[in-house]
Amino acid sequence: MDEHCVEAVELLYHYLDGELTDERRVLIQHHLDDCPPCFEAYDFEAELRIVVRQKCRDHVPESLIERVAKALQECEGSAE
Amino acid sequence: MADQAKFTDLAMEHMPSLYTAALRMTRNPADAEDLVQETYLKAYRAFNSFTEGTNLKAWLYRILTNTYINTYRAKKRRPEESDIDDLENFYLYRRLGGLEGAAAGRSAEDEVLDRFTETEVKEAIEALPEQFRMAVLLGDVEGFSYKEIAEILDVPIGTVMSRLHRGRRALQKRLYEFGRQRGLVSEREGTHG
Repeated sequence: MDEHCVEAVELLYHYLDGELTDERRVLIQHHLDDCPPCFEAYDFEAELRIVVRQKCRDHVPESLIERVAKALQECEGSAE
Repeated sequence: MADQAKFTDLAMEHMPSLYTAALRMTRNPADAEDLVQETYLKAYRAFNSFTEGTNLKAWLYRILTNTYINTYRAKKRRPEESDIDDLENFYLYRRLGGLEGAAAGRSAEDEVLDRFTETEVKEAIEALPEQFRMAVLLGDVEGFSYKEIAEILDVPIGTVMSRLHRGRRALQKRLYEFGRQRGLVSEREGTHG
């Protein structure tokens, strides 16, 4: 681990969240190109983010869609 | 000023992600359905205060989280949670053996991730303290920016970053525990402490 690795570890989430300035993002990208351990670690975190996003979905029950649509219609009707 | 007649057309498409968030927050399908319905009714009534062209999804989430906070969560307001002392990055990755001797190519660590079930991921999120749970849902599941999350939760951006950081670490800790219970990962010497 050198100083660039330390910086990469610190800025991990800012980088993955797309919250770095262009200048800093490019610096991190260059480091990741040159440093396989940091690249692997970042890749793992990015993959984890995808897994969490994909495995955290639920199907909306049809009955809820109908219920909300009906409630909104009633709301519309009473406003006129 | 937004036209109420357009509300249904614009807002209904966001129901799957609002429903997912409602389920993770209430941890109960009946409450989640009520929360979503209440959110839509409130949003409809307030729609003329929505500025057209701004982020409707974020606006709906703001109503959803406010409704949840006011109606469904435990009455007692809890202080900022800070039970997690150590905020190291790469919690899970380190414990799976990464960073020490990373090899090229798709690693064993990445393959462990694929083996977590939907139930485990959902349970790990639902086990998070409430403030962290909301931040992780908004940031990691829905992909909102720090600024959007700050607006939805009505907290400073620094607070958003801190909750995300703590929430992510707690989530990884939980997943690691699931992994150990199922034998997906083995306990490594020298990585605890």
